[in-house]
Amino acid sequence: MTSIKNPLQDKQWSPYLVGLGIGVLSWFAFASVDHPLGITTAFEHGAALGVQAIAPGLAANNEYFETETPKVSWETMLVVGVFLGAFFSSLASGDRERIVVPVMWKERFGPSVPLRFTAAFFGAGLMMFGARLAQGCTSGHGISGTLQLAASSWLFAILFFGTGVATSLLLYGRRSKTHV
Amino acid sequence: MFDPIWKLALGLFTGVVFGILLQKGAVAKFRVIVGQFILKDWTVVKIMGTAVIVGAVGVYGLLALEVVSLHIRPLAWAGIVVGGVLFGVGMAVFGYCPGTSVAACGEGRRDAMVGVAGMLVAAGVYVVLYPWLHTLSESLGNAGEVTLPDLTGTSPWLWIGVLAILAVLAQFLSRLFHPARTRRDRQQTVRVRKLRLRKQFEKH
Repeated sequence: MTSIKNPLQDKQWSPYLVGLGIGVLSWFAFASVDHPLGITTAFEHGAALGVQAIAPGLAANNEYFETETPKVSWETMLVVGVFLGAFFSSLASGDRERIVVPVMWKERFGPSVPLRFTAAFFGAGLMMFGARLAQGCTSGHGISGTLQLAASSWLFAILFFGTGVATSLLLYGRRSKTHV
Repeated sequence: MFDPIWKLALGLFTGVVFGILLQKGAVAKFRVIVGQFILKDWTVVKIMGTAVIVGAVGVYGLLALEVVSLHIRPLAWAGIVVGGVLFGVGMAVFGYCPGTSVAACGEGRRDAMVGVAGMLVAAGVYVVLYPWLHTLSESLGNAGEVTLPDLTGTSPWLWIGVLAILAVLAQFLSRLFHPARTRRDRQQTVRVRKLRLRKQFEKH
């Protein structure tokens, strides 16, 4: 009697299998709604709706609202789905990681929670700011754009990877342990 | 204000699958993202590389069948260069990218939740400053929605073929440079499998 294990109960799948899955999912996104996979446009539209609601004066004279029509869209639900998918996946495998300060960070910068939260808030903010200037992120440019062989996306991918490597090597050095 | 409901449902479905894949790929973890950036853990490159090659074959195939159209971001030089640099620095400090930080929230990571709040605030700042930032993005010119095959006057399949060959070559070279580690890993897997089989035998 061999019982076939539910793959959702595995903590990790082969990176090639995951890559294959994301590749095929991008076909599905293109074929079903003619849209590439991307995350940050939903954040921009969500924030724009927020600006309109909280400070209508700021929105009134802003040419942003002339070129863009922010809405709750396919992309918004994509982001909600990513959250739910990761939640169920981690629940199924018991890979819940309610981590406040990641181990690698703690070893380098100490256990301070305010320090980690401040760095996370502003680091993530800087990242989002960059993504909107360039009109895409790791998904929108890094996967969806490069797979369409877009010139802008290849330039963006090379630049963000290069500066990411340089920054991390400066922050952590090559000899940091990744699996502790 | 809202997309039609079928479109929202499709987005949710696609997102759930995407979230499962990101979580199972272990890229919703700080140590994997930063591990890639210090060039010790190659999970991110393996996933993205495979996704890009598989995705390119399908999307250019569907394009040839006229089922889909391309959605290319314009090459606004200043926007891409400044954006790419800020993105890389921010991602290295944060330890997650936009998609994987949302998946990391699903996994329960508290620092990722703080980061997602920071992302929303930053997106709001971008919207408020848009008139000025848009001018900045376009200040060094805009080459438009161009692809690498467009720029070089070549077939996209040539590029996809070269990418696939490079990926296979990289895989081959990494085995050549780390033969001991991969062999040990393989022996370890075989040992675990044998142990599991023996346990099953003992059960019956």
